[in-house]
Amino acid sequence: MLNSANHQPTLISLEDVQKWYGAFHALKSISLSVRKGEKIVLCGPSGSGKSTLIRCINALETIEDGKIVVEGQVLDGSTKSVDAIRREVGMVFQSFNLFPHMTVLQNCTLAPMRVRGTSHTDAERLARKYLERVRILDQAEKYPAQLSGGQQQRVAIARALCMEPKVMLFDEPTSALDPEMVKEVLDTMIGLARDGMTMICVTHEMGFARQVADRVIFMASGEIVEEAEPEIFFKSPKHQRTKTFLGEILAHH
Amino acid sequence: MGPIGENEFFFLMQGLKWTVLLAIVGFIGGGIFGILIALLRTSKTKVARTITAGYIGVFQGTPLLMQLFVVYYGVALLGIEVNAWIAVAIAFTLHASAFLGEIWRGSIEAVPKGQTEAANALGLHYVSRMKDVILPQALKISMPATIGFLVQLIKGTSLAAIVGFIELTRAGQIISNQTYRPLLVFGIVGAIYFIICWPLSHAGSGLEKRMAKAAR
Repeated sequence: MLNSANHQPTLISLEDVQKWYGAFHALKSISLSVRKGEKIVLCGPSGSGKSTLIRCINALETIEDGKIVVEGQVLDGSTKSVDAIRREVGMVFQSFNLFPHMTVLQNCTLAPMRVRGTSHTDAERLARKYLERVRILDQAEKYPAQLSGGQQQRVAIARALCMEPKVMLFDEPTSALDPEMVKEVLDTMIGLARDGMTMICVTHEMGFARQVADRVIFMASGEIVEEAEPEIFFKSPKHQRTKTFLGEILAHH
Repeated sequence: MGPIGENEFFFLMQGLKWTVLLAIVGFIGGGIFGILIALLRTSKTKVARTITAGYIGVFQGTPLLMQLFVVYYGVALLGIEVNAWIAVAIAFTLHASAFLGEIWRGSIEAVPKGQTEAANALGLHYVSRMKDVILPQALKISMPATIGFLVQLIKGTSLAAIVGFIELTRAGQIISNQTYRPLLVFGIVGAIYFIICWPLSHAGSGLEKRMAKAAR
């Protein structure tokens, strides 16, 4: 563990969140609270609802019941609350989702200028700062298609950081990458964690979970099955489903 | 049979001028309203989607010739005195906006969903999301189809003759009637259309090939 966040205030809280896709119950009474500076790793089999869960936090998905609060702002579906929350929550996607018609630098300056009203000069300064931090400043004038997957994902991280979010959500950030590029992205994320960023990561990188997570949460069939510190989670999982999952996933590493 | 001399050729060029102007006006007017149609067609509001779907359906499902008639006489019925030029410009704008709107609707929907999600996650609002992220990509996707429609529109301007508009085809008809050389005259008229349309078609298919390559 990098820090003990036990005395920090709660940044995100989910209470009894329910999500349905038609007849499919995607999230079943999810309750979760994340303190400032905490790093959470969410894992579980595909279709278990882990991506849906983090996508609900920044309102990319709507919820049917329950309550989501981010930094005191209740997510009530109003434009105002959605805007307020998205300003504070950054997200990194599995498929990067960089804007292909813009350079790396433009990808990073767009949101600060449009959302925060930052001047062009300041937005560029900010972008260069975060591109430097993910060690990709030398590619600033290139277009996403000219970069490798690992580089694109680091740009996506920088783009999210340019909004200076209080929380970063990672939705399987290394799943679409070639194996040799996973490390550069994980290293960037570890760096972020060291700097005290609050993070919720959906990932199957158990090495990353061991090294960085304060808590590992295991989900299956839309429920939180088990949640524990990584030490305990990996050494002595309580539930059979967790054991099965860990057996499967660790066999590949 | 009369000769086809400088005067006749000049008359055809006069017609060509109107053909080109009409196509440009139709394309620009249709482009402006077409974007609006495309945006409404892809909006969250069901009413807007239904109304624009109906609008597109009507203009795609009826002959352009009939649309020209309806606008030309319809405007007159409203008691507004308009010349053929205005009426035809309105008709072509309406016609083009329906077709371009539908082409661009498809292109907007062809932009990967992840782009909208990324823009949303960054907190970008509708206007910026569309203007900065979605439309530039959609417009690029739509280029071959858009150019294809422009070619159709240029040829479609010949129908404006029906309400007394002397564009290229009508000019050809008049010359043909004067000189009794229909084959020669319409051969020239056809060649003029071809010289304008073929490079456009060619550019369109070139774009399509380049994009297919880039997508691989």
